[in-house]
Amino acid sequence: MTTMVSDFERTMRKREARPEDLIKGQTGDWEIILGLEVHAQVTSNAKLFSASSTKFGAEQNTQVSFVDAAMPGMLPVINRYCVEQAVRTGLGLKAQINLRSVFDRKNYFYPDLPQGYQISQYKHPIVGEGEVVLDMKDGRTVTVGIERLHLEQDAGKSLHDQHPAMSFVDLNRSGVALMEIVSKPDMRSADEARAYVTKLRTILRYLGTCDGNMEEGSLRADVNVSVRKPGTPLGTRCEIKNVNSIRFIGQAIEYEARRQIEILEEGGSISQETRLFDPKTGETRSMRSKEEAHDYRYFPDPDLLPLELLQDDVDAIKASLPELPDEKKARLISEYGLSPYDATVLVGEAARADFFEAVAKGRDAKLAANWVTGDFFGALNREGHSIEETPVTAKQLGELIDLISDGTISGRIAKQVFDSMYKTGRDPAKIVKDEGLQQVTDFGEIEAAIDAVIAANPDKVEQTKVKPQLAAWFVGQIMKSTSGKANPRVVNEILARKLGLSSDG
Amino acid sequence: MSDLTKLTLAGARDALKKKEITSTELTGAYLKEMEAAAPLNAYVTVTADKAMEMAKASDAKLAKGEGGPLEGLPLGIKDLYCTKDVLTTACSHILDGFKPAYESTVTANLWRDGAVMLGKLNNDEFAMGSSNETSHYGSVVNPWRRKGSDAKLVPGGSSGGSSAAVAAGLCLAATATDTGGSIRQPAAFTGTVGLKPTYGRCSRWGIVAFASSLDQAGPIGRDVRDTAIMLGSMAGHDEKDTTSVDRAVPDYEAVLGQSIKGLSVGIPKEYRVDGMPGEIDELWTRGIEWLKAAGATVKEVSLPHTKYALPTYYIVAPAECSSNLARYDGVRYGLRVDGHDITDMYEKTRAAGFGAEVRRRVLMGTYVLSAGYYDAYYLKAQKVRSLIARDFAEAFSEVDVLLTPTAPSAAFAIGEKTDDPLSMYLNDVFTVPVNLAGLPGISVPAGLSSDGLPLGLQLIGRTFDEETLLKAAYAIEQAADFKAAPEAWWKA
Repeated sequence: MTTMVSDFERTMRKREARPEDLIKGQTGDWEIILGLEVHAQVTSNAKLFSASSTKFGAEQNTQVSFVDAAMPGMLPVINRYCVEQAVRTGLGLKAQINLRSVFDRKNYFYPDLPQGYQISQYKHPIVGEGEVVLDMKDGRTVTVGIERLHLEQDAGKSLHDQHPAMSFVDLNRSGVALMEIVSKPDMRSADEARAYVTKLRTILRYLGTCDGNMEEGSLRADVNVSVRKPGTPLGTRCEIKNVNSIRFIGQAIEYEARRQIEILEEGGSISQETRLFDPKTGETRSMRSKEEAHDYRYFPDPDLLPLELLQDDVDAIKASLPELPDEKKARLISEYGLSPYDATVLVGEAARADFFEAVAKGRDAKLAANWVTGDFFGALNREGHSIEETPVTAKQLGELIDLISDGTISGRIAKQVFDSMYKTGRDPAKIVKDEGLQQVTDFGEIEAAIDAVIAANPDKVEQTKVKPQLAAWFVGQIMKSTSGKANPRVVNEILARKLGLSSDG
Repeated sequence: MSDLTKLTLAGARDALKKKEITSTELTGAYLKEMEAAAPLNAYVTVTADKAMEMAKASDAKLAKGEGGPLEGLPLGIKDLYCTKDVLTTACSHILDGFKPAYESTVTANLWRDGAVMLGKLNNDEFAMGSSNETSHYGSVVNPWRRKGSDAKLVPGGSSGGSSAAVAAGLCLAATATDTGGSIRQPAAFTGTVGLKPTYGRCSRWGIVAFASSLDQAGPIGRDVRDTAIMLGSMAGHDEKDTTSVDRAVPDYEAVLGQSIKGLSVGIPKEYRVDGMPGEIDELWTRGIEWLKAAGATVKEVSLPHTKYALPTYYIVAPAECSSNLARYDGVRYGLRVDGHDITDMYEKTRAAGFGAEVRRRVLMGTYVLSAGYYDAYYLKAQKVRSLIARDFAEAFSEVDVLLTPTAPSAAFAIGEKTDDPLSMYLNDVFTVPVNLAGLPGISVPAGLSSDGLPLGLQLIGRTFDEETLLKAAYAIEQAADFKAAPEAWWKA
């Protein structure tokens, strides 16, 4: 959004890049300054100013009301639910909620913009300053400021590939509610920008205000990039429009920063412009210069009264907020003794954290965390399942852990049982019983197995007397002959006695 | 006019209820008058078949003693109102062939109450004009002529088709819209009554927008009672228009004839403008005397920001219209003139589709909203608009209604002012402030000019106090006893 330029350039943010985030150039190190404008589609059945459906993937132009098509005399009526969603998001971003906000018209001509203007919020957005805490891979956190959040209409879609000489327009998206979330220029690396979008998406999903589905266009980012020598004033920034995956955001930033550094090091200067990222080449290219920028002629939409919220309504929404990722992470660490890393992995999706808590309740938390983040998430990833599609319930995984803890099965057998659970959805106890996988702790049975191995390998018995380490070979053979069901502790004990070794040796 | 078409709306309503006449007869008589009045160019679309169908349905209801408050009463509808499956163009070339798939809330209210639609009435293109000369379908001719002259006069605008049709007996009453005087000034020019309600009283949904913060629907009728009856059906809250107000609709007709003894009437001194013809001033003075004689007290009040009203209006209205008319781009409906690319198509379509006055206002509006000019023009205008509204609020702390002339002159000749937009804009000097403040106003015929043309007096009321306004208007009507009517020269 071009209007934020001056703020962007005026603000000398305190934060400095870490040395490892600096980019090495010919003339020294460069610091990248990043700010993002994320367009998040509001989760709502109806559009921002009409009752049309917002369902993704419908046949072209089947979700278009007279208002969405800007027929003469049609008037917008605000969708209360979308307003609540914006407030909910603002509260989730720990932001100022503006009890009075104003809808403006942003005027420009485009075939997929039927009104000839987009209804947006310009000078008086519904949400003001807030913050997002990023969880970086190395365990450090970075706080990114939120400048504002406002509500606006999405445009339709121009289709250029349907006819050799004509373009078509699909208005299904026209009028769908978007939240534009503008960050402060607080990020200093592509990693941070990726972490920001990831975290923002997690928060939106926790709140249920945006599904965060980037493939369907529910979340898109405009990335503002500038570079400077550390400690010097901010450079001129370029805006990369509509980047629609987290991976592309990283690629676009890295390409754009290097492009700017190259120009500056060759004695050139950066011209402020809007650029596009091409995922095929991994490059950005100029879309329009500052001189070509539209004059949007913003003015308050006379069809809509200023939006007035009651503090009581805001408070009620606040009271209904779910536990958010940062709070959940802190609680998982304190309540279950998890490492910050495990906790971060678990809270990335509320459903994953919920699954963990259902498994861990009343059990060994560390063991539960290992199973959930290890074998269980591994299986989901391998099979391409979301947590909602899991064939293994939290209750079943909990039961499996119980079978390990009470000695019914060994950890090794448990992995076998888990694979079977994942394939069949059966209860672990039933699998163990049906397949006879209970751990053998019966001394007689184990002793018989040991005797058989000893009797069959007299040479190895002799060698072991000289080289006690060879006992491990016997353990392996015994486990093999008992299909892994023998209790390893009992095997060690009896074997040591039989071979005349001390059991703790 | 035939005997049938001489009836007022109230008279026809009563005759229908008493089964003295039928709606079919009445509607047929109007259709005949409309045919004979083609030279006036008041209608742009005649819906004769639909009218007869609606009339028959109304007769069936009336025969059973049923029917709504407007059952069987034939009306004309300004072409700015979207009417389902009936050509609706706002009298602009750019809406060529446009038949909405929806009905405006106000007309839907009228049909709900039993009214019959005769057709669509001519207006200035997109309601931009004060003389009905900017219509793509040509000027409307005022049924009135100057004494001893056959010069064609304008019927006022933008609701010129509505005012001419009511004056010439081509409908019982008509819908109109008023953004800066478009109901009241044409009423004054044609000897009819025009009522612009409080902003928010009638829904704007389905009415082609000119300037959203100023546009308001209202009726033009033969007398005060007819407009009161019409407003009762047109008004009401509409969830589809956020700016419509959720307030009960009173029985406007019931207040007519109530005493105005003790009513406090304000005379805004700033409305005595330079160069106002003596006969307008005399009419105003007569109006004051009539109200005094009816028991009202009269006092001078001040509306100090009046002189800024026209410039303010000509910033706010064009700004809104430049944005409201952006949707006419040739992409989805109406006129399209092909071009070599999309921008060329836009430019050719809009150049061909919009007339000169509309283009002028779109350009002015685009200019005042442009980067670097917004604060100096649009923002300043909004501040002045607040001051104008405050002037009225302060005056209404002292008085109940204001009395002013409706327009600074009688009807002028077609072509007389088309080359001089500023002099055209001055026609709305007394009506524009009322729109800026969102207040209700009414024009009542009060006398004839020296050359025999009707002149109107305007009453301005408090927001949502249409009842007091109508009561005072009725008193003026009684006192003025305006009986003059145009000769039906168009039938000759």
